[in-house]
Amino acid sequence: MTRGATLTEAVITRLIQVSGFSAILFVLLIFAFLLREGSPALVEIPLPSLLGLRWYPIEDHFGILPLLGGSLVVTLGATLVGVPLGITTALYIAEVSPRWLREILKPMVEVLAGLPSVMLGFLGIIVLAPAVRRLLDLPTGLSAFTGALLLGGIAIPTIVSVAEDALDAVPRTYREAAMALGATRWQTIWRVTLPAARSGVLTAVMLGIARVIGETMTVMMVTGNAPVMPTGMGSLFRPARTMTATIAAEMGEVAKGSVHYHALFLIGVTLFLISLVVNLIAAAVVFRGRTRAERVLA
Amino acid sequence: MAAPALSRRRYAVQRAGFAGLLAATLVTVVPIVLIVALILWQGAPAISPEFLTQPPRQGMREGGILPAILGTLWLTLGTGILAVPFGVAAAIYLAEYAPESRWTRTIRVAIISLAGIPSVVYGLFGLGLFVLFLRFGTSILAGSFTLAIMTLPVIISTAEEALRSVPHSFRVVSISLGGTQWQTISRVVLPEALPGILTGVILGLERAAGETAPILFTAAAFFLPRLPTSPLDATMALPYHLFVISTQVPGMPLRLQYGTAAVLLVFVLGMNVLATLVRSRARARRQW
Repeated sequence: MTRGATLTEAVITRLIQVSGFSAILFVLLIFAFLLREGSPALVEIPLPSLLGLRWYPIEDHFGILPLLGGSLVVTLGATLVGVPLGITTALYIAEVSPRWLREILKPMVEVLAGLPSVMLGFLGIIVLAPAVRRLLDLPTGLSAFTGALLLGGIAIPTIVSVAEDALDAVPRTYREAAMALGATRWQTIWRVTLPAARSGVLTAVMLGIARVIGETMTVMMVTGNAPVMPTGMGSLFRPARTMTATIAAEMGEVAKGSVHYHALFLIGVTLFLISLVVNLIAAAVVFRGRTRAERVLA
Repeated sequence: MAAPALSRRRYAVQRAGFAGLLAATLVTVVPIVLIVALILWQGAPAISPEFLTQPPRQGMREGGILPAILGTLWLTLGTGILAVPFGVAAAIYLAEYAPESRWTRTIRVAIISLAGIPSVVYGLFGLGLFVLFLRFGTSILAGSFTLAIMTLPVIISTAEEALRSVPHSFRVVSISLGGTQWQTISRVVLPEALPGILTGVILGLERAAGETAPILFTAAAFFLPRLPTSPLDATMALPYHLFVISTQVPGMPLRLQYGTAAVLLVFVLGMNVLATLVRSRARARRQW
């Protein structure tokens, strides 16, 4: 081989290496820029105000607890909707449905994953919110509940695809052993397959929740955007305001470098850290499950 | 044979259970069909040549959505140009070069973290880095960079999977014929993995095309009837336009809202179908 070719090869290899490591760089870069713009808020806003119960930037109230509470209520509601539906759908697709039906169902769930969140928000305003208002006899349909219903739907594709992969990865022999012992398919699913796939299913749930916490446009459009501290289950049926919606709704109107601007970036830092923790836990569950499975098989 | 009564009951339970699972699946799937059908049905009457080729008029209450359609095309194109080479290179590194080491695990953790960052946080980051620090301003360029970094984890993970699915023996043969590692990758592995990579790229771009939050403060303009002339111009975009006309403009005709939603839906569904076609054609042709 000529020296020119060796040199080209070395350059390409180096470029590929650099790209490989770029993901680490980007995560650090994102965190650095959020901190750079967000940390001044910690100095500018006194701690009692920051931990106060009012978010009202015009009068210098920057309490982020109502926003945290709003995110919590909506996420909890969405989890109650999305997790049972997501897992049962994954079970049906992976374990019960005939092959031809599976080939139809899977792409349909993928379509849901591809629907822009702004479109679901639009339908939420036009169709779902009025229906919720009529059915539950609420003063307004733009409530945490409406948001939770839609966000549950948004979590479903993530939960289904990750949980289905986990169920698929359970070795065939497990199922055959259970059936050979006289278990029905139904018993096999609940007592053998699902327990064997539980770490993957748990990951699916965590990733679904992470998706919900970060969702922005849908919640901003349908939850009514009232930064009120939630108190009990009744809050689910009143307007709420999440952290994501606050950033999206207010960032366009603040002056760069103002206290309000820094406060919004500080919310961004909080969101970044929350999603980081949830995703890392989800990943850790997978890694732990994998090493345990490798031990068993070895 | 065990007691038949017990056996019958067990199968009755199974039938009921399967019916329950099917019911839950229908609760998940039927709304998806309804959503797509409703938007296409209600949106179709609004779609005319004028709607697709004219800028908005009368405070967006009349006219078309051409600037938003073109804006979304530009942003998607920009995202692709920036994210694809980088993402595929990163995937090649992970699939072909990376040793099993602490660093490689760190890269994987970083990719997982990137995939989990909320889209609006990408928007903040893009505002901080591209719009303000690098002085791109609110522009197609800043929006494309922001969307590209957001799309990277999708492209990396699907491309890596596609590369890994190419049988090891292909590489062994190429190396044994005197090919270098890069020759093996570029002439043997990449062509075989191409359909899989393409599928991932299209799905990643589909997501980028539908996103609103990352472009809110980096690229999107509320109302801009003239078309952007350079990458440093702000632009209208379909998802953001749908947000604007369904929440910010009072008295907006419902017809135009559905029409905009339908155009956006056709755009993302079209990419979805394209990805499915690429995947199934490649699967049918595959000989290993």
